[in-house]
Amino acid sequence: MTPIDRSRVPPAGPPPRVTLPHIEQRALSNGLTLLVVEMRELPVVDVALVTRSGAHADLSDVAGRAHLAADLLDEGTTSRSALQIAEEADLLGAALHARATWDDTEVGMHVLTPRFARAMDLLIDVALHPAYAEAEVERKRKERLAAILQEQDEPRVVASNEFARVVYGDAHPYGSPIGGTARSVSALDRGALAAFHEARQRPGNAFLVVVGDVVADEVVRALEPVLGAWQDAPVPEVDVPTAGPPGSTTIHVVDRPGAPQSELRIGHIGPPRGAPDYFALLVLNTIFGGAFTSRLNSRLREEKGFTYGAGSAFAFRRDGGPFVASSAVFTGASAEAVGIVLHEMQRIREERVSDEELDRAKSYLALGLPRRLETTADILRIVSEQELHGLGDRYYDEYVERVRAVSREDVLEAAQRRFDPAHATVVVAGDHAEIAGPLEALGVGPVVKAASRAETELNRTGT
Amino acid sequence: MIRIPIERYRLDNGMEIVLSREDAAPVVALNIWYGVGSRNERAGRTGFAHLFEHMMFQGSKHVPEMGHFALIEKAGGSLNGSTWLDRTNYFETLPANYLELGLWLESDRLGWLLPAMTQEKLDNQRDVVKNERRWRVDNQPYGDWDERIQALMYPPDHPYHHSVIGSMEDLDAASLEDVEQFFRTYYAPNNAVLTLCGDFDPTQARELIAQYFGQLPRGPDIPPIPGRTRLEPVMGGEVRELVHQDVSLPRVYVTYRIPPFGGAEYYTALVTSYILGYGKAALLYRSLVREQQVAQDVVAYAFPIVVGASMLVTWATARPGRSAADVERAFTEQIERLRDVDDADVQRAVNLLATERLNELQRLDERADQLSMYTQLFDEPERINTEVDRIRAVTPQHVRDFAARYLGTDNRAVLTYVPREVGA
Repeated sequence: MTPIDRSRVPPAGPPPRVTLPHIEQRALSNGLTLLVVEMRELPVVDVALVTRSGAHADLSDVAGRAHLAADLLDEGTTSRSALQIAEEADLLGAALHARATWDDTEVGMHVLTPRFARAMDLLIDVALHPAYAEAEVERKRKERLAAILQEQDEPRVVASNEFARVVYGDAHPYGSPIGGTARSVSALDRGALAAFHEARQRPGNAFLVVVGDVVADEVVRALEPVLGAWQDAPVPEVDVPTAGPPGSTTIHVVDRPGAPQSELRIGHIGPPRGAPDYFALLVLNTIFGGAFTSRLNSRLREEKGFTYGAGSAFAFRRDGGPFVASSAVFTGASAEAVGIVLHEMQRIREERVSDEELDRAKSYLALGLPRRLETTADILRIVSEQELHGLGDRYYDEYVERVRAVSREDVLEAAQRRFDPAHATVVVAGDHAEIAGPLEALGVGPVVKAASRAETELNRTGT
Repeated sequence: MIRIPIERYRLDNGMEIVLSREDAAPVVALNIWYGVGSRNERAGRTGFAHLFEHMMFQGSKHVPEMGHFALIEKAGGSLNGSTWLDRTNYFETLPANYLELGLWLESDRLGWLLPAMTQEKLDNQRDVVKNERRWRVDNQPYGDWDERIQALMYPPDHPYHHSVIGSMEDLDAASLEDVEQFFRTYYAPNNAVLTLCGDFDPTQARELIAQYFGQLPRGPDIPPIPGRTRLEPVMGGEVRELVHQDVSLPRVYVTYRIPPFGGAEYYTALVTSYILGYGKAALLYRSLVREQQVAQDVVAYAFPIVVGASMLVTWATARPGRSAADVERAFTEQIERLRDVDDADVQRAVNLLATERLNELQRLDERADQLSMYTQLFDEPERINTEVDRIRAVTPQHVRDFAARYLGTDNRAVLTYVPREVGA
């Protein structure tokens, strides 16, 4: 046996060729776009009907509308009861889901090929003919209100919700939780949900993605008689207000008396998904807080031992979603950790990142692509993202090249353009009595105690 | 249906190797199971197996601190490890041309962890783990349910009596000597299963494995699991605990003692858990959430552990205005209905489970983990291909008999959380 030299990193073999699956693009007679990817290895199919309307269309007084409207899709149609839908899906072994994100509403499922046709009938019925029966609406609405109550117990959710509210304000859809507030959900009724669905669920505002053990021509032939008859109509525009310019850094403390840890959320409004410097931002964030060896995790976890983990992300949405750095640190480390995050935001704007960091981040993103494209559900996700955000059908073919092209200067410019520590919002959900003093002593901005949940609801009722 | 190819052999030092080739994507998954978990811990050192898992990422003789993460990230891979009651696993998914990197990293820490150990690293990771405990347990609503349930379900001298994360006090007490002793006792080729799944050349893989792992010496025999490992099939009574916590809604956890993971009755328990809690047509969802609207959510699952007994775990959170007692009453009613379960409910659960199992196996990392698991626990990697048959073999009569035998009030622990009184 050849002895090996353990002291060197083993060389990599020749890089494999990554072939991205071919997307067949078709259209039905009513204009509905069909995107089909044939993957024939396993007898499974993933499918989703995606509508380009999500919680982004919910201005504050109807926060939670898209979420609840989607949640009710599989709770009864004009020809099937809620229980019939659940039983039929289970007997077909079809995992059916309906959900809204900020940007879309999706009805999807995973099913074995032999049952695809029957399961598709069910999916179409759920997506196009929901009954929004009074009793079901009332039941789901109460369930959501109880879930909102439960969220108060979760420090992570409390911190994230407060961060969004402070950054975007009450008027912008992104300022409320995607599932709504106690006040907004209390006011939602059958009419509001049915109207939302009726106005937006239209073939011109939707597309269908099918990935798996299917043949594109057969899918089109089978769906034309059912989905082709679905009538189109113009979809109303939503006039989303612009979020106001940020003030100087303020630290908002949500009091959690006795909490052993503080949940930190630090950041501001970021760019939309379509930003031209998207790839530079991916690399920037990977270095800053988007990987285990990122600066934030290295400093807060591996160097200081303050936390189990720290990270950051740009929430890329149709409008500018938040850029946020997050961590949960033990109570005594709260102020120092906030100082470190703000310092790192400033430092990456001033000094170019090292070649080693740049190389690691780019390789992480570029070489990691095949790992993200393993299953039919993975492929469905990227095809859907490409179509939803109009990224072009060559987007993933060019992904590796565009990541590789990012330079140290690009990262520096992206940081200078997109990071704004002087106007960052800081939210800390933790023990006010323990942390307010040290946070004040940081000297980065005033410390204000956030209104309690009850007070916030009261104020909103008054507006 | 799916048939996962398996090549299996053993190195001279006792290490089990499983290879499963699948070249749909240029990716390879590495997975190692060590036969050590929280069950092997001694009194006063609970949480140690998991703390030790953290130390395995702190570098080894030829790999610098943070090197393990940095090198895998630079290769575009993903990696992690986890500790459970019966085992500790480590895994990475890499582009196929980085297979040798993964083998080098995994073998270096198995062969040469201790030369790189320092008190500073231990102190740092102890802090990280204490923060992990705060994050998962202490700062989470109902976050300590699993340690309370384990303490209720298993006697103090049983290895499952304590939780994986352990206590703050024990974490404080862990020393560098404990790290060394634990490593020498449990981290040996003869206590490990290495699985490769994905796009590799089997001849080359065997050669590389021989080079990187074949020359590590066999360790001493693995000591028996401490404490009482046999248990009566049923508990013979009901144990209860009431906890006042800062939560908005009451929640009730009900767990039953069931036969350990692996046997036919365990699969009946698994199907039963789906009949009860999986999806909107499930018994508990249908009745407690939809019809009676007494509960906000319901959860039921079988816990796959092997020493003496496993658990069927369920919980339900009360709706605002409903009490824990309302939830428990409605819950117990549905459990009693299982003794006369409809055939259709059983069929539904079996179909759901079969689809779910097949779906899981689309992922290479999941395949690799299951192959390691079946080899480590049952010495039978082929079970990955017969698992669905075991599920399909469960009949309505099995479920009825199972419910009558195991799901009575003489065989369960009930843990109830209620909101703390304001001002109390």
